[in-house]
Amino acid sequence: MSRDSDTSLDALALRRRRLLQGAAALPVMGLSGLSFGQSQFPTAKVNTTKLAVTDTEVTVGQLHSSSGTMAISETGSIQAEQLAIDQINAMGGILGRKIKVIKEDGASDWPTFAEKSKKLLVNDHCAAVFGCWTSASRKAVLPVFEKENGLLYYPTFYEGLEQSKNVIYTGQEATQQIIWGLDWGAKEKKAKTFFLVGSDYIWPRTSMKIARKHIENFQKGSVKGEEYYPLGHTNFNSLINKIKVAKPDCIFAAVVGGSNVAFYKQLKAAGITGDKQFLLTLAVTEDEMTGVGGENFAGFYSSMKYFQSLDNANNKKFVEAFKGKYGKDAVIGDVTQAGYLGPWLWKAAVEKAGSFDVDKVVAGSPGIELKTAPEGYVKLDANHHLWSKARIGQGQLDGTFKVVAESSELIKPDPFPKGYQ
Amino acid sequence: MNLSDMMNIGLMQGFAGLSLFAVLLLMGLGLAIIFGQMGVINMAHGEFMTIGAYSIYLAARVTESLTPAFMPYYFPIAIGLAFVFAFIVGWIVEWVLIRHLYKRPLDTLLATWGVSLGLQQIFRTFIGPKEVSPTLPEWLMGSWTPHEGLDIPINGLFVLMLTALVTGGVLVALHKSRWGLRVRATVANRTMANATGIDTMKTDRLTFAIGCGIAGMAGAAFTTIGSTGPTSGSLYIVDAFLVVTFGGAASLLGTVVSAFGIAQTQSISEFFMTGSMAKVLTLSLIVLILMIRPQGLFAVKVRR
Repeated sequence: MSRDSDTSLDALALRRRRLLQGAAALPVMGLSGLSFGQSQFPTAKVNTTKLAVTDTEVTVGQLHSSSGTMAISETGSIQAEQLAIDQINAMGGILGRKIKVIKEDGASDWPTFAEKSKKLLVNDHCAAVFGCWTSASRKAVLPVFEKENGLLYYPTFYEGLEQSKNVIYTGQEATQQIIWGLDWGAKEKKAKTFFLVGSDYIWPRTSMKIARKHIENFQKGSVKGEEYYPLGHTNFNSLINKIKVAKPDCIFAAVVGGSNVAFYKQLKAAGITGDKQFLLTLAVTEDEMTGVGGENFAGFYSSMKYFQSLDNANNKKFVEAFKGKYGKDAVIGDVTQAGYLGPWLWKAAVEKAGSFDVDKVVAGSPGIELKTAPEGYVKLDANHHLWSKARIGQGQLDGTFKVVAESSELIKPDPFPKGYQ
Repeated sequence: MNLSDMMNIGLMQGFAGLSLFAVLLLMGLGLAIIFGQMGVINMAHGEFMTIGAYSIYLAARVTESLTPAFMPYYFPIAIGLAFVFAFIVGWIVEWVLIRHLYKRPLDTLLATWGVSLGLQQIFRTFIGPKEVSPTLPEWLMGSWTPHEGLDIPINGLFVLMLTALVTGGVLVALHKSRWGLRVRATVANRTMANATGIDTMKTDRLTFAIGCGIAGMAGAAFTTIGSTGPTSGSLYIVDAFLVVTFGGAASLLGTVVSAFGIAQTQSISEFFMTGSMAKVLTLSLIVLILMIRPQGLFAVKVRR
């Protein structure tokens, strides 16, 4: 045998191997529904700003509190974002690149959030960051994202009055939650007088400011009381007596976190239940409900865009996947679902832009649609907030929510509503 | 608003202050024993309360899944369990850590702070970061309505009764039992107590464990009001220290009076101003009184 035939055999084997590799790649491309392979997108072309993108991998950051007092709320967002990223990776990733996650712990401490966001953007060159929960943490990282030109997907419903080129807000803002909820209460429950109560920090205070303006200037109703209690407060007996004196049509609440448990237990013990009094809250999702208990919240209402009990095919798939990954006792609240949307919106924007560059992704973001969102169809407005439906859920004895009202159309996001500032 | 409405509100408001008093006293009692009688600054007091609260939660979960029919009755037994669990952990902590530090009381602050951080992480790892609250028996959750418009929360009544029982028990034990005698002797003069044949090491361990056990019961009672999470302890500890420091260390009577004072100030002012302002007012008053009387309301003269 000569050396020539050896080499030709080698060449044949090599060719066969290439063929097999190509065949293996086919189903992956078919799964994604779109034929985005990395070969079509050389790194130099899709990444001109030195982000952490290689031929096979793209690095993103995840910045939430996994310790400290906010861990209770943010755990759901962490899980949902991870689930979305796993699903995207199983479909072949984005532009043929698998997503790698760097997790950082903001530890419920706003300066730590700012420091870690700087690390994710400057040291790790993350192409996108999914994170933050409280308004305080968002305000802390905002200057960093604007200076370093990063991209943040923020999942929480919030007070509005903010818009940044570098942030995509996947939760609802005030007009989609507070104002729609109050209008529903006025129309369906004939509420004219309101008692406002919240935890004492930026979100409840701004929310209540907006609510008061809406009640007084637009609904021609009246506010009979407005009260704030420190975070973690557990003694609401005096407040409840004040409510009994004021006799409002509606108790409008934004008490957050663990305080909720004390608040609703004491309301029930003082004889204020859903049968006797109309209560609408901005801050009880399925997550809080596990602590509060259905028996204490039954009959009260919550204004959210998403409830785990939503009856549609997208949501059934989402709930099944979430429980498959995190156990059958896991519950999904409004913010958890909004967290799940982040990676998908980013994927769609990157693929539309054909690039990971933040400026191009931002430019491509307005008008992005998600037909697969668990809450139903959503689309991203030019103001970086989502068009979505508003819903009212009524607490049930078993700890779930029954959706009793839903806006007929998607509501256009309006972070700076006229007459509310 | 007619006269009977006003009377109802007045009665309910009075009860609100009374139930806050019960909660504060229960929180401070275990700390007062450990701090007052032994001079140990127990920063892990809040975590011992959390152990008690989690005991109730676990007991509720177990009862629910094994013998649902027993649900209406499990609560009193679970309170006993809460005492036992916190007692055992307290005993171990004293044996492993605290007994080496009696000569350096300030270091107990650091050591127990470490214990508190460690326990928090254990809760987070083994029970989970989410706040939980047990399913309570139906009879505990409603309100007692003697007549229309007057609702007295039953959980408040329950905590009030438990506090009376525990406080009475501690006072009797301290002044009528052998253990109480040994504790008082040890506090008064450790060397002399040793010389008379009292095993002060054993007395210390028992005292520490009993203080922790009472903290556990306080945490258990607290589940009727609020939720429990890994960091709940740090919420409780501030109030507990406030009550003990304000009342004057080493004086159980001081603890009772200070809990009553703080609760009534807080509750009454809360009715006339906003919740946050009421807290500011209460804290300012405490600071003011402590500036005038640094030793607290009641000081016990002890020869060391």
